Amino acid sequence: MTAPTTVATDVVLKLTNVHSYYGAIHALRGIDIEVPRGEIVTLIGANGAGKTTTLRTISGLLHPREGSVEFNGQDISRVPAHELVVKGIGHAPEGRRIFSRLTIYENLLMGGFTRSKDENTEQVERVYELFPRLRERHAQKGGTLSGGEQQMLAIGRALMTRPDVLLLDEPSLGLAPILVQQIFGIIREINASGMTILLVEQNALQALSVANRGYVLQTGEVVLSGSSRDLRENEMVRKAYLGED
Amino acid sequence: MTALPATSEAGARVPMGASLRPLLRLVIPALLVVGAYAFMGPEQFVNAMTRGAIYALIALGYTMVYGIIELINFAHGDMFMMGAFVSLTFLGQILGLTGSITEIAKLAPLLVAAFFISMIVMGAVGVTIERLAYKPLRAAPRLAPLITAIGVSFILQNIVMLKYGPYQTNSPKIFPSVDIVIGTAKIPALSLFIIVVAVVMMIALQLFIGRTRLGRAMRSTAADRDAAQLMGVNINRTIAITFLIGAALAGAAGVVNGLQYGVSRFDDGFQAGLKAFTAAVLGGIGNTVGAALGGFIIGFIEVGATVMGFSRWGPAIVFGTLVIVLVFRPSGLLGQQLGERA
Ligand SMILES: Nc1ncnc2c1ncn2[C@@H]1O[C@H](COP(=O)(O)OP(=O)(O)O)[C@@H](O)[C@H]1O
Ligand SMILES: [Mg+2]
Repeated sequence: MTAPTTVATDVVLKLTNVHSYYGAIHALRGIDIEVPRGEIVTLIGANGAGKTTTLRTISGLLHPREGSVEFNGQDISRVPAHELVVKGIGHAPEGRRIFSRLTIYENLLMGGFTRSKDENTEQVERVYELFPRLRERHAQKGGTLSGGEQQMLAIGRALMTRPDVLLLDEPSLGLAPILVQQIFGIIREINASGMTILLVEQNALQALSVANRGYVLQTGEVVLSGSSRDLRENEMVRKAYLGED
Repeated sequence: MTALPATSEAGARVPMGASLRPLLRLVIPALLVVGAYAFMGPEQFVNAMTRGAIYALIALGYTMVYGIIELINFAHGDMFMMGAFVSLTFLGQILGLTGSITEIAKLAPLLVAAFFISMIVMGAVGVTIERLAYKPLRAAPRLAPLITAIGVSFILQNIVMLKYGPYQTNSPKIFPSVDIVIGTAKIPALSLFIIVVAVVMMIALQLFIGRTRLGRAMRSTAADRDAAQLMGVNINRTIAITFLIGAALAGAAGVVNGLQYGVSRFDDGFQAGLKAFTAAVLGGIGNTVGAALGGFIIGFIEVGATVMGFSRWGPAIVFGTLVIVLVFRPSGLLGQQLGERA
């Protein structure tokens, strides 16, 4: 393959002035975000700020009414979600949304829906290496898993699509502290293997500790952005999101 | 989300000896079937199976569409009616056939062609209706597509009435009225043919849903539409295919109905649709095996009522049974299969 132009830009995702709606509800009010290749970028913000909506707009579950979403230099704001899976956007959605009546293994195969049998055999093995717990329970029904296991499965299932960028929506939500640590460890590990990650979190402290940079969302707008270090030092972030005063 | 409802957890709420339950699941239906056979005799038994097969084929379309988009497609009974008209138009008006065809070498290709044409035409009609009438309303409140479906039902009936009139139209009974004698019982060969065709289609459908890539797309779309999209499933195409299959099965039921009864009328879809819908609910709406089971149960109730001399009470007994089943098992005999969320 000849070198694609996307390498030169080195920005995997670029949102420019994105406005998204749910009917009449104006959920995103002109968002600008860039996700450089190989980095972990985090979106933090209070409940209802628009984090989930941003991810849904990127993965094509929702189309922006205004503005553009570029993925590897290509405008994808009108591309349906199922095509973006093939292009390389993997999304572990809010609430995990795993298939409760399928086993772990079958859920992973669903993740490989657009891939060949051989590719899936290989990728399932990688996911099991990353999450030995999933291998142990491979025949167990998704609906019977604990919250942590479901989250691992949701991430594993998204990895099965062999994404270029991985969107994670509140992977630590509802998990016990020890599992939160484990999940963030895995996020680091996935990133270390070269994966670009856009991480949505309410757990700002944890998120900023793994991410290279972050954006702070408030009522559908980016109110602050910068390197994780800068954000952690920022007065407003410390007060509002890190629970310090 | 599983291929077979044997894994349905609907019954797990009732505490009962773990070893007893699967046994009872087999024994009770077996006793009912044997009892029905002893009570009705072989001829009426086959008659009940034949009627049941037709209801079952129609019920599958109701249950598949409900399973995937939670719409009760009121126009589905009319798809069955139209399927019968496609078949009689092809056999009677285009080929000019009137009576039975005794040569198998001639009969077989005609039957294949009748099924093929009716299923293709109705499949196309089903996809078109979904695209024009239901798809634009996918994000609308539930009532909107429901009322639209009633409207579509009227439109289909009126199209047929305008073309064929408000009376019965003859449908050539090309299948010879040969009986197969088993002991003292005379079983019409057509009945056996109908049962075999229906059962083969049901098994094929089950394999399709359970084993193929498109089947997986259907099951995941039914379970969680957003999650399915994130797996790369084209949900618009999947929903269209669901309508295609449901409508094609209704078309097949229409062909069978024409062969069996020899006449069709523009409003035939209403009664049949109502009973098939009842069958789908009885078996557990969204559950394809349940729909087939429900269809046969309704066939047996109707014929059983006739045997006992209550033929005019048939519908009342059918709906009475539905009410009783729903009181004890609100999600039907086999419960939901296609659409259960995580
Ligand atoms: N399906 C929906 N329909 C209507 N409004 C919604 C829907 N989902 C989210 N919203 C609204 O959009 C805004 C952003 O929500 P969301 O993106 O879920 O926030 P976050 O993920 O940051 O908690 C909120 O005001 C929320 O009420
Ligand atoms: Mg959210």
